[in-house]
Amino acid sequence: MTDEPDATDRAILNALQEGFPISPRPFAEAATALGITESELIERLRSLRERRLITRFGPFYDAAAMGGAFCLCAMAVPDADFERAVEQVNTHPEVAHNYARDHALNMWFVLACEAESDIARVARQIEDDCGLPVLLFPKLKEFFVRFRVAA
Amino acid sequence: MRLDTTDRALIEATQAGLPLVPAPYSDIAARLGMSEAEVIARMQAMQARGVIRRVAVAPNHYALGMRANGMSVWDVDDSTAEALGPRVGALDYVSHCYLRPRARPVWPYNLFAMIHGATRAQVEEKRAEIAALLGADCAQNDILYSTRILKKTGLRLRQKPRADQQPDPYPAPQPEQG
Repeated sequence: MTDEPDATDRAILNALQEGFPISPRPFAEAATALGITESELIERLRSLRERRLITRFGPFYDAAAMGGAFCLCAMAVPDADFERAVEQVNTHPEVAHNYARDHALNMWFVLACEAESDIARVARQIEDDCGLPVLLFPKLKEFFVRFRVAA
Repeated sequence: MRLDTTDRALIEATQAGLPLVPAPYSDIAARLGMSEAEVIARMQAMQARGVIRRVAVAPNHYALGMRANGMSVWDVDDSTAEALGPRVGALDYVSHCYLRPRARPVWPYNLFAMIHGATRAQVEEKRAEIAALLGADCAQNDILYSTRILKKTGLRLRQKPRADQQPDPYPAPQPEQG
C-alpha cells in the first residue's frame, strides 16, 4: 500500500478533524456520514495510523482543565553558552518542550507544573542554573482556534 | 471545572487515544470496571464543560505537506486586542492564539499566533494577511521560526510511558500550551 492517502482517506481525515461521536457505535455513525462501512472506517484509521498520517485519534483534553499550571518562557542565550543552557534547562522535568528560535530571545520552553506557585520557583532555579534571566509569558487569554489541515 | 477520580481515570485511559474497535467506549468501560453508559455520560459531560475540547483525528500535518510554521507575534493596542484576538484565532491556518504580557523593552508583543503553511513563503503570505486584518491597531510584528526542537514531551496527566504510545517523529509544533 502506498503511503499517499487516497480520496477516501482524505475524506476521513477532513471529516474526523471536525469531531467524532461519543456514543455506543461511533465508527458506524461516522462511517454512514462518509458512505463507507463501520469496518472499512476502522481498517482505514488503523492504516492511516500505521502510515503515520494521523498522529492522534481520540479526545483532546484542555491541559489546564486536567489540573496543573503552564507557562511559556523565553531566554536570550549567548551562542557560546547555548548547548550548556539546553542541558541545564532540559534537565528540569517541568520543562515540557523547548525550541530554539531565530530571535534575540532564542530559547523558548513551556513549564508544566502541578501548581501555579511552582512556575516562579522553577523559573528562578533555571535562572540560577544558567545565570540568565528567564522571561515569563503566561497565557492571559486564549482565543478559540479552528485550525484544520486540508487533506 | 472539577474532576473527580473517575474522570481522571477516564482521562488517563483515553489520553493516548481511543481503541479502534466498533464500541470503543465499551472497551474503555471494561478496562476501568465501569458501564459503557457511564463512560459515555461522563465524557459527554466533560466535553460540555470544555475539559474535552473535541474528540477528533489529529492529522500529521507535516506528512500532509504543511511543513513550515512560525510563531507570529503582534504588538496590538490593548484597547482592541481582546476584540481582534478571536478574528486571528478563527483563521484556519492558526493553530494557537494567545494574549500574553509584554516584556518591554525587549519584547513589545502581546498577541501570539502560530501560523502553518506548506512553505515559509506561504507562512509569510499568511502573516501579511494577519497584518492587514490588524491594520493600524498593530504597531509592529515579528515572526520566530523554530530552528531546532530541544525537547518535546507531551503534556500528560501522568508521566508514565505507555506501550501504545510512540514518540512523534515529525517536528509537529505544539509549542505553546502555556
